[in-house]
Amino acid sequence: MFDKFALLGFGAGGWGWALLQGAANTISVALATLPFGLALGLVIALLKRSDHAIPRALATIYTTVFRGVPELLTLYIIYFGIQVLMQQVWTGFSIPPFVAGMVALGLVLAAFSSEVWVGALNSIQKGQREAAAALGLSKAQAFRLVVFPQLIRVALPGLGNNWMVLLKETSLISVITLQDIMFIATRANVVTKEPFLFFGTAMLLYFFFSVISAWGIDRLEQRTNRGQAAFGGATR
Amino acid sequence: MNWCEYPGYLVGSEVLQNYGCRMANGLWVTFELVMISVAIGFFLALGLAVTRLYGPRWARMAVSGYTTFLRGTPLLCQLFLVYYGFGQFREFWQDTGLWWFFREPFYCAAFTFTINTAAYQAEILRGAIQSVPRGQFEGALSLGLHRWATLRLVVLPQAMILALRPLGNELIVMIKSSAIVSLVTLFDLMGATRLAFARSFDLSIYLYAALIYLVLVEIIRRVWDKLEIRLSRHMALR
Repeated sequence: MFDKFALLGFGAGGWGWALLQGAANTISVALATLPFGLALGLVIALLKRSDHAIPRALATIYTTVFRGVPELLTLYIIYFGIQVLMQQVWTGFSIPPFVAGMVALGLVLAAFSSEVWVGALNSIQKGQREAAAALGLSKAQAFRLVVFPQLIRVALPGLGNNWMVLLKETSLISVITLQDIMFIATRANVVTKEPFLFFGTAMLLYFFFSVISAWGIDRLEQRTNRGQAAFGGATR
Repeated sequence: MNWCEYPGYLVGSEVLQNYGCRMANGLWVTFELVMISVAIGFFLALGLAVTRLYGPRWARMAVSGYTTFLRGTPLLCQLFLVYYGFGQFREFWQDTGLWWFFREPFYCAAFTFTINTAAYQAEILRGAIQSVPRGQFEGALSLGLHRWATLRLVVLPQAMILALRPLGNELIVMIKSSAIVSLVTLFDLMGATRLAFARSFDLSIYLYAALIYLVLVEIIRRVWDKLEIRLSRHMALR
């Protein structure tokens, strides 16, 4: 029974290092996707609140599409799509799975996070912008110095959820051969015929990252709310 | 010509015409899988949510551990653990007479999806029950209703209206997530599409599949909006 656990070790025939490498790849692809997805999401959110009908419509179509299509399908379309398009101008081109995964999950993350951003933008009163304008700040300055710092506080819980979803979705990138936790576990299963051990370990690794993230997000929320008297005080 | 070949014929896509029937069958598999899992998951979730709120301390801890663990790990990983991992204990399942269940990819997928969505729905229901004002509980108890009657007749109907929207979102998430069952040899809509692509190398089939998923999700969203308006019409003028 216990000799099975030697397969998870770091010695010869052990998959310990490979799994750790996979964990590092999972985390890096998630961390690389995050800024791209969140920034694009914010842009989409601003388009949704635009005064013109065309950008509003485009933003709505974008979110409807990327929220409605399965992530796995988006991943395939991006991976094979870019490959096929690029091969017309550059034969032998192959897109690294890391990049394809980052782009696909980033586009999906942008769609979901834009909803969070819109909600947060709506919570900031008009007076804040008007006061900023009255002080002579330009529109961009008003956004950067007045609106954005308040935005982060309101958006954080929603964005935290987005991050947790993203972390779990990275497991899909293993199907286009990114060597993440899932990929290593699948390969280890093929070699050793111990699926329960390896997928169980993979599950525990993901769970570990989820717990760490939840803790981190909680700390961030406390930090961004430190100026709010109501938080943990009067209202409870 | 079969009815399922017509859409491909009409849009002039050879690959969609050739694989239209497989994709229609796949769509049905997706539909069946999601409906079974979400429906059974809902009843499990009701039990879990009530246990989580009113059960004894050990049961509350157990339910909370269950939901945290299933919500903190990828569905793909859970599916592989059940499909490949449970198969490892073949003798045990054969002894207990459950091998027919864990042998079939469809049942494995349905099982995984059910326990997964039960965890998510339990959290939705718990939140909804907790949002029902305390006075409702106290009022019912002071009218002499039993605790279970209070829950069933007073609290749950109000909680269900609050839970309606997040439950609809969960249904949509499940439809989208169900695409991963194509990775355990099941020919759902995604599986049929993968097959069509592998044989034809025509990328447009993925776009048609995306469109089908999109339409499916959009229909559910619209129906759910109507449902919500209908079920909360007594509160509309508040």
